Amino acid sequence: MTSSVLRTEQVDGVQRAEMGPGPFHRRLGLTDDELDRITLLLGRSPNELELSLYAVMWSEHCSYKSSRLHLRRLPTSGERVLVGPGENAGVIDAGDGIAVAVRIESHNHPSAIEPHQGAATGVGGILRDVFTMGARPLAVLDPLFFGPLGDARQRWLFEGVVSGISSYGNSVGVPTLGGELTFDPCFAGNPLVNVLCVGALPIERLALGRASGPGNLVVLLGSTTGRDGIGGVSVLASAGFSGADTTDLDTAKRPSVQVGDPFEEKRLIEACLELLDAGLVVGIQDLGGAGLACATSETASRGGVGMEIDVAAVPRREPDMTAWEVMTSESQERMLAIVTPKDWPEVEGVCRRWDVRATVIGAVAEGGPDGGRLRIRDGNGPAGGRDGATLGKDDVLADVPASSLADAAPLYDRPMAIPSDLGARRADDPTLDEPRGDCTAELLSLLCDPSWVWRQYDHQLFLNTVVGPGADAALLRLAGPGLPNSERGIAVTTDSAPRWCAIDPRHGTALVLAEAVSNLACVGASPVAVVNCLNFGNPEHPEVMWQLSETIDGLADACRALGLPVVGGNVSLYNESGGVDIDPTPVLGVLGLVERLRRRPPGTGLVDGTEILLVGPRRHHRSADPGGLPLAGTRWAVECRARRGGVLPEPELDAHRRVARLVAALVGEQVAGGNALLDSVHDVSGGGIAVALAEMAVAGCVGASLEGLDGHAELFTELPSRFLVATRRAGDLLERATTAGVAAAVLGTAGGDRLVVDGLVDLALERLQDRWNRSLEGQLVDN
Amino acid sequence: MAAHVGVVVFPGSNCEHDVAVALERAGAEAELVWHTNQDLRALDAVVLPGGFAHGDYLRPGAIARFSPVMDAVERFAEAGGPVLGICNGFQVLTEAGLLPGALVKNQGLRFVCSPASVRVDSDRSVLTAAIEAGRTLNVPINHFSGSYVCDGRTLGRIRENGQIVLRYVENPNGSLDDIAGLANAAGNVVGLMPHPERAIDELLGSTDGLTLLGSFLQSAAGARAA
Amino acid sequence: MRFAARVEVRLRPGIADPEGATIERALPALGFDDVHGVRAGRAFRFELDAGDVAEARRRAEDLAHRLLANPVIEDSTVDVDRADV
Repeated sequence: MTSSVLRTEQVDGVQRAEMGPGPFHRRLGLTDDELDRITLLLGRSPNELELSLYAVMWSEHCSYKSSRLHLRRLPTSGERVLVGPGENAGVIDAGDGIAVAVRIESHNHPSAIEPHQGAATGVGGILRDVFTMGARPLAVLDPLFFGPLGDARQRWLFEGVVSGISSYGNSVGVPTLGGELTFDPCFAGNPLVNVLCVGALPIERLALGRASGPGNLVVLLGSTTGRDGIGGVSVLASAGFSGADTTDLDTAKRPSVQVGDPFEEKRLIEACLELLDAGLVVGIQDLGGAGLACATSETASRGGVGMEIDVAAVPRREPDMTAWEVMTSESQERMLAIVTPKDWPEVEGVCRRWDVRATVIGAVAEGGPDGGRLRIRDGNGPAGGRDGATLGKDDVLADVPASSLADAAPLYDRPMAIPSDLGARRADDPTLDEPRGDCTAELLSLLCDPSWVWRQYDHQLFLNTVVGPGADAALLRLAGPGLPNSERGIAVTTDSAPRWCAIDPRHGTALVLAEAVSNLACVGASPVAVVNCLNFGNPEHPEVMWQLSETIDGLADACRALGLPVVGGNVSLYNESGGVDIDPTPVLGVLGLVERLRRRPPGTGLVDGTEILLVGPRRHHRSADPGGLPLAGTRWAVECRARRGGVLPEPELDAHRRVARLVAALVGEQVAGGNALLDSVHDVSGGGIAVALAEMAVAGCVGASLEGLDGHAELFTELPSRFLVATRRAGDLLERATTAGVAAAVLGTAGGDRLVVDGLVDLALERLQDRWNRSLEGQLVDN
Repeated sequence: MAAHVGVVVFPGSNCEHDVAVALERAGAEAELVWHTNQDLRALDAVVLPGGFAHGDYLRPGAIARFSPVMDAVERFAEAGGPVLGICNGFQVLTEAGLLPGALVKNQGLRFVCSPASVRVDSDRSVLTAAIEAGRTLNVPINHFSGSYVCDGRTLGRIRENGQIVLRYVENPNGSLDDIAGLANAAGNVVGLMPHPERAIDELLGSTDGLTLLGSFLQSAAGARAA
Repeated sequence: MRFAARVEVRLRPGIADPEGATIERALPALGFDDVHGVRAGRAFRFELDAGDVAEARRRAEDLAHRLLANPVIEDSTVDVDRADV
């Protein structure tokens, strides 16, 4: 081994880079049990290179060893599902010969160290996961979580992450159409940067990450390979941040952060899609965490074949790289393609035209009864073993069963325990507090205008954006070069609610899924597929494992009740600092379809002279609170009253489905060019009716007046399955609701220049707009 | 007969398909022209689209201006052919010296993607010949370096010659004299920062881009006839 | 002979420099009350082979003027030294 510093994974609480004495495998982050397991799999002791491969492939980030056991409980099949979890992206059949690929990923730890590049490379990574399936990326969404912006470091992280997503996404040429912003103290030491990408392809272009055909060439496309991120997957993602002084840690870990090149990625996208259109590759996979080690072992394993790799053939950016460094480098903007020898000259031609490096680095080998072997050589000759032994030019440096790297990581059943404070937390229910009088100031404090963020993102490229950022969900035409003509649209939303999941991960996650379905309904879309990004704390804490398990059960139950398959997901663990875990933060990305997209949906802006109705139940008849207006886990309770406890309303998903279907149908008719019953529609979620109404007033530049609400509880409750709609045809709407078995009630009217909720809120529209405009921008440095 | 318009594609351009769609919506026949292509004789007009040619590395348009196709674009322009540069295309034209001045970073030092209102201030260009002066159009902007600068003498000259064809109603980036679009002295080479191809469909928000492209295509037909 | 060139590119006087201005505004908070006239620019380094330092300088300046700096808005200064000493 060279003298490059080896970084450790978190083992027994140790989190810093170690060069000290101790068995080699432990310094790589492998446990003694894992070493025994490897020895058994190989039938001999592994050498250092082999151990390094297992160390990265069996790291938490790559192998999901702490979560796989639980993830199995998620439902993954559905009639539209073409590709489920286990490939690079989930793919569904959208109709009209078009398939849609979707994936969500996290890039939390790198973004905490270097926010701009961490976020930028997160975008790069997710794009590759999508276009490796043959899909042209059509949109990106970015749910982001930080500590409150009063702190300078949070502002630095926030501005850096947004500029990173902006610079990469805009430059590579994929519009960013939505996302979420959440500010809570639990994220101050652990920002979360999740990125979702959706893409479209003609069904015939669907490609899988599978190697096949012994004798076929293994080709590396894209950037040269450097020492980027070496150990990044192991080190950054699998270890939390310790101690108060994060600057020390930054310095130690900064070399592990990669720098993105969106121009290289753009050329890579065009070259790969052209190769796939021409049928010139047998299989293709992107390089992400664990670099070549992952791409080679996964493609070989999926195809049941072996692979021979010559590290000397890999084009490098740095001198004197060892085989271990070449195999685990996380240099960005690289893909692995399997190409027949016959097609290789044409592949070279396509890549030359796009100025994309294409190099043969190996070949597919025969599989055996147990799959094939991954064998690594160094064609340049002596590699220099640790004990001074010199190896020959064609000597095999590593020889392992491919599937053992990709599939045989240990499956941990980590201990789970209900948090010791759960009882106390549930008892501390703000629903039972004294009634409040004037709520105007509290309403204003809950406003957050995210436009400062999305104005930095190109959200118009491709001429598909019918509803862009800042609305309930993004709505896109399903159109682009190479796609069959279609009048369909796709809708996408990302949703999360750590404040709910902290109280009750099971019900909280189900309620998040319900909200996502509501968001899609607002643009006329029916949900068809789910992806999830599970952001949790340290899995060695039994409470965190309990949270993860409960979340997965909540998601599984809700998906089954709503008939939705999970087509992919990502788990990010070890989001803790100073021994404190983040609140459980499952982020759900939900994809929806619109049959016929000819007109814009009504939008959230109130229209003067309309009546405002609440569609959906006014109260929850099964909640712990007799009034049926629970406030546990609401933004009001957490942000205005610093009350984080209570009992969440039990999700009633059959009823929810009925309401969401009604709204989706009403908006869908409008969007198809038919009956326009609604003038505006907005999902009631964070901040309750108060925030939903305020947002509608600001969007429409018109005031509103509601009456008969039952105190602050009805103003701020976040019960699911509710929509505020504005219409000139309230009678027709009420009739439609009755027919559908959905409750609906007139609450007031839109008009005038004040926002009034009788007895609770009274506010000049101008003041509301001013506060809205300053809500986010006002907190940032040089604005 | 429909005008035959070439849309140049540099490595890193990303608006070429949108521009081609928009041109066809406006009645032209559009074809993509790879940046190594040096023969533009079959074309009635040339468009340099938006995007990030060469990743905007060094300066936006600084490397693209040396592409083989740019010699042909220069000859085409010298012969009086209509040339339109949109956003990144405008940047390439200034770097190539086909238009005076330069585009620098937005005053706010942030990328801006938003609707914009521009006013037609001169009809002495292939882009605005068919549009009445004073008309305002709703056409979105999408850029990090859209702020126009030039020295005092140049500013005086382009004002006098009516070369400033579009001005922002509300300056979004610090552009000198609110300049959003500019023509050369002969009026056949025009650059603008807003994206007309993004304003061609009510479904997406505005159709004012068709007004600009329509005028451009009329000029192209006229140039061919001449 | 091998030479090392360093080219510094900056905005010409009179061209607005919001980056330099922003940096200057941030300085008092860090205790630098007495720093003025901040201008932001970029530096490029490269090596080239030439017969003598005069030729190396000529070629470096040519590269700087034709590509690295946009003369409409930027000035450049070029420094050249022997690289292999």
